Amino acid sequence: MPFKRYVEIGRVALVNFGEDYGKLVVITDVVDQNRALVDAPTETRRIMPFKRMTLTDLTVEIPRLASKKVLTAAFTSADVAGKFAASAWGKKLAARQSKANQNDFERYQAAVAKAKRNRAVRKAYNQLAKSA
Amino acid sequence: MPQEGIFKFHQYQVVGRHLPTEQDPTPTVYRMKVWAQDAVRAKSKFWYFLRRLRRVKKANGQIIAVNEIFERKPTTVKNFGIWVRYQSRTGYHNMYKEYRDTTLNGAVDQMYSEMASRHRVRFPCIQIIKTATVPASACKRANTLQFHDSKIRFPLTHRLARPSAPEYRTLYKATRPSVAMI
Repeated sequence: MPFKRYVEIGRVALVNFGEDYGKLVVITDVVDQNRALVDAPTETRRIMPFKRMTLTDLTVEIPRLASKKVLTAAFTSADVAGKFAASAWGKKLAARQSKANQNDFERYQAAVAKAKRNRAVRKAYNQLAKSA
Repeated sequence: MPQEGIFKFHQYQVVGRHLPTEQDPTPTVYRMKVWAQDAVRAKSKFWYFLRRLRRVKKANGQIIAVNEIFERKPTTVKNFGIWVRYQSRTGYHNMYKEYRDTTLNGAVDQMYSEMASRHRVRFPCIQIIKTATVPASACKRANTLQFHDSKIRFPLTHRLARPSAPEYRTLYKATRPSVAMI
């Protein structure tokens, strides 16, 4: 299977370790085989090891070592945050987040809804099983 | 300005001279840039080098100033060349090393760990002769030259699922990790 995501200038990556966990960053330069210089509109440009990031399908059009202004413009015009949130991966993260933020009553509502759905499924299945 | 990363060795500028004497009321002032873990050790390193180079030692000299030197642009990647002299088990050797980093302190830290791993030489046996920011056209080492490409493109292979924070690390896993290349 060929590779789909490459380390390149302008590649958007998701931080998967440490205090910036879950943030989107853009690769602006490659330092060496283990580290890249990453930047984000609200952060200072800094070195991050490849081990701490997961590459996404998104890229932005920026030159190497782009200034904060150029980067922010490219980041917003490409709608990186919106596109990521709309992707299956972004939706999965959002769903996980909303599930983690549920209170006790919401968990109860979800359990009731699930039981109701299962009842309907079982009923339909039993009918089919009987007729077969 | 805060420095990026926590470096083991910091760069200090140490200024010192021989004590004024009747023959020489205005002795030459020497300035040296040294790497050390703190200012106290930087002063020690300064006397170590100065007494090898000039007829000045701690007993007959004085320190005028010790300042830490910080990187001017810690957000751009540079190529650093480091010339070192080190004592191995058989003798002294000179060496030129090239590193890519945002700060000189980061490059020096890389040098110390590389010398320790490849040559088993620790900090006390290494003397930094000179350091320089090398322009891309003057770089020599293949490992730095391969990153001089504004259209650089390579995949990340052998990706492992890692815990999101150090506290979630475990020594033993119930299932072997997936090494799918994504």
